[in-house]
Amino acid sequence: MAQQLLEVTDLHTQFFTRDGVVRAVDGVTFEVAAGETLGIVGESGCGKSVTALSLMRLIPVPPGKIVKGSIMFDGADVLKMDDDEVRGIRGNNIAMIFQDPMTSLNPVLTISRQISEALELHLKMDKSEARKRTIELLDLVGIPSAKKRVDDYPHQFSGGMRQRVMIAMALSCNPKLILADEPTTALDVTIQAQILDLLKNLAREFRTAFILITHDLGVVAGMTQRIHVMYGGKIVEKADTAELFANPKMPYTWGLLRSIPRLDERRKAKLVPIEGLPPDLIAPPPGCRFEPRCQYRREICREKEPELEHIPNSKPDHEARCWGTQQGGWLVDTDWHKEVGDTRVIEEIKQEVAQLPPEPKPGDVPPPPTAI
Amino acid sequence: MALNTPTKPADPDYVRVRSTATIDSGKNLLDVKALKMHFPLTQGIIFQRQVGAVRAVDGIDFFVEKSETLGLVGESGCGKSTTGRAILQLYKPTAGEVKFDGVELTRLGGEDMRKMRRRMQMIFQDPYASLNPRMTVGNIIGEPLEVHNLARGKEKTERVQELLRVVGLNPYFTNRYPHEFSGGQRQRIGIARALAVEPEFIVCDEPISALDVSIQAQVINLLEELQDRFKLTYLFIAHDLSVVRHISDRVAVMYLGKIVELADRVDLYERPLHPYSQALLSAVPIPDPAVESKRKRIILTGDVPSPVNPPSGCRFHTRCWKAQQICSEVDPEFIEHEPRHWAACHFPGV
Ligand SMILES: Nc1ncnc2c1ncn2[C@@H]1O[C@H](COP(=O)(O)OP(=O)(O)OP(=O)(O)O)[C@@H](O)[C@H]1O
Ligand SMILES: Nc1ncnc2c1ncn2[C@@H]1O[C@H](COP(=O)(O)OP(=O)(O)O)[C@@H](O)[C@H]1O
Ligand code: SF4
Ligand code: SF4
Ligand SMILES: [Mg+2]
Ligand SMILES: [Mg+2]
Repeated sequence: MAQQLLEVTDLHTQFFTRDGVVRAVDGVTFEVAAGETLGIVGESGCGKSVTALSLMRLIPVPPGKIVKGSIMFDGADVLKMDDDEVRGIRGNNIAMIFQDPMTSLNPVLTISRQISEALELHLKMDKSEARKRTIELLDLVGIPSAKKRVDDYPHQFSGGMRQRVMIAMALSCNPKLILADEPTTALDVTIQAQILDLLKNLAREFRTAFILITHDLGVVAGMTQRIHVMYGGKIVEKADTAELFANPKMPYTWGLLRSIPRLDERRKAKLVPIEGLPPDLIAPPPGCRFEPRCQYRREICREKEPELEHIPNSKPDHEARCWGTQQGGWLVDTDWHKEVGDTRVIEEIKQEVAQLPPEPKPGDVPPPPTAI
Repeated sequence: MALNTPTKPADPDYVRVRSTATIDSGKNLLDVKALKMHFPLTQGIIFQRQVGAVRAVDGIDFFVEKSETLGLVGESGCGKSTTGRAILQLYKPTAGEVKFDGVELTRLGGEDMRKMRRRMQMIFQDPYASLNPRMTVGNIIGEPLEVHNLARGKEKTERVQELLRVVGLNPYFTNRYPHEFSGGQRQRIGIARALAVEPEFIVCDEPISALDVSIQAQVINLLEELQDRFKLTYLFIAHDLSVVRHISDRVAVMYLGKIVELADRVDLYERPLHPYSQALLSAVPIPDPAVESKRKRIILTGDVPSPVNPPSGCRFHTRCWKAQQICSEVDPEFIEHEPRHWAACHFPGV
């Protein structure tokens, strides 16, 4: 295996709340090579952002805590570093771009102040040098007439331009790894295209590694080399990008692919939704986390949790977490396009969901017997 | 008559069939003509002076046929929601006509409008903000039934339970409050409320944008089933072009207060005439790496200008790669270039 830039092993991050312990990230293992772009996809609440924040040691403590695991960056364990060392890593080696740039830009400081400060602090530049570099960076990320706008405040910029400023800030200390958490989710599609184009060029030009976190399968399709699908705090499928889309192996991934309409769909096919709701991470299902929503489930799925394992008939680095698709399982030869699952199970799931919350309260009116 | 896609106005094949987007065939449930909705911009605390206007909707023509879904797409702030609200007379339009089933709504008085309103409903984007948190689900869905004198007492309760079942919720839920439900379930409650008065026309304003990816398809399928079952007509507002392609029969593209293109779904997605529609479509990522690696993107420069001071001539000229002198001087007319395919551009086509 090539030398990895980042190696995350069995990471567990939890939040200790009044309602109980939220197992936001529950045993996640992955690695990123230098210059590579890795996509992490999954719907909201599945632990993507907490994973990213854990890598930077930015989890709020309390209520949060990284309870287990290791994060090796460039040979050093981030979890064993003292606060000064972590700050060094954050500025110089790993940078982060958030969904909402306003949360990480200081509204009362000019753009120039915010970027120059980091340059002066981390790269020990003097004032005029830092200012010159700031303008270069703003130029690089495509802020028109950067020289004139460098003394503006964040609120004078549009959403797309703020995201560019964020990217300029992230680039300021030549990081080896950039974590981009839903960097374009808040933007319009034409602006999203601009930003993705910019990120792609940066990855190519500077050989920066990226972790691109998003719920949008379209975005990762064109941007990444490998993809990890997350569900309920765990990685449920890992594969390289072409393989994941051509040969997905796990019912949740199938569900995601079937439930979104495509811009280039020829015929109007009915969407196949994933019934039900994402799991509650305080009391996740004991077996497979996807079992309550899975139309391919069997008895074993409820009882025992499957491991992330290599899948027969797939590329060597393709892994999935599912009893059905593992060696000898009942889904090994399933054509996910055609076999949508057992309709009786789908009805069962719909019924179960309609029953949430479970027991009727004293004042609830019973349904009349007639069906319409 | 077979028509070629005209390339420029001087082209002899260039056909001007009609200059506004109206076909008076009696098939239209809704006819909108020259609709404008401007919001005054004021200054001063005690004496408010008007210093300008947000031209949120600035002269649009379109129609919606019975039982169809017209998709309305465009970037944030281009006037989609304002269009929906002005049609339902939730705003008093600044100018223009809105004809619903032959009746001109902009001139209707209070009581007549109340009667019409029963036939037109709205579903909102934010399932958290659009339901009153202090009302039970039963009262939320039952309220329009009382307002329009459709049902009371036991009959109302039964009707509410029936509606909950129609949208896939447990009829036991009438005494629960909105916060006890998930986002997708709240959106279903919003839909049940809209359906309560048995409307013919529903403005769906970004009904799935706030939902998780895996929940969106549930709501899209529900809206489609309800449309078939109750012969509903939808104006479906969204910024997600893939979803709009899936659900719509025809699609209107909006830019900065104007409709720039209107066509049948397949025509619009396969042969867009307006440069803005072309850029918008090329910007949408497709979940297929094989397709993505071969695609050419049109990357627009800059941001959408402000609707307070829209650019002169064609509003898109500040970002358009095809712009010529005339584009900044003359506002292009909204013209039917091919049967049922309108666009407002001096140089339409590919
Ligand atoms: N009540 C109001 N007063 C003043 N300006 C308004 C009002 N409502 C909307 N606007 C402005 O009108 C323009 C169009 O707004 P509208 O809400 O219709 O956009 P939209 O296309 O629905 O956008 P989005 O996709 O963000 O929902 C915007 O510039 C908006 O700021
Ligand atoms: N500060 C916090 N306190 C309590 N729970 C949290 C906190 N931050 C995140 N969580 C929980 O952790 C889980 C994963 O969240 P997150 O990583 O933000 O999801 P996403 O995949 O949408 O980025 C969710 O259940 C969320 O509610
Ligand atoms: S383990 Fe069972 S429940 Fe889980 S995804 Fe596989 S088939 Fe479905
Ligand atoms: S009229 Fe001119 S500026 Fe406007 S869209 Fe057409 S070519 Fe572009
Ligand atoms: Mg997140
Ligand atoms: Mg809106």
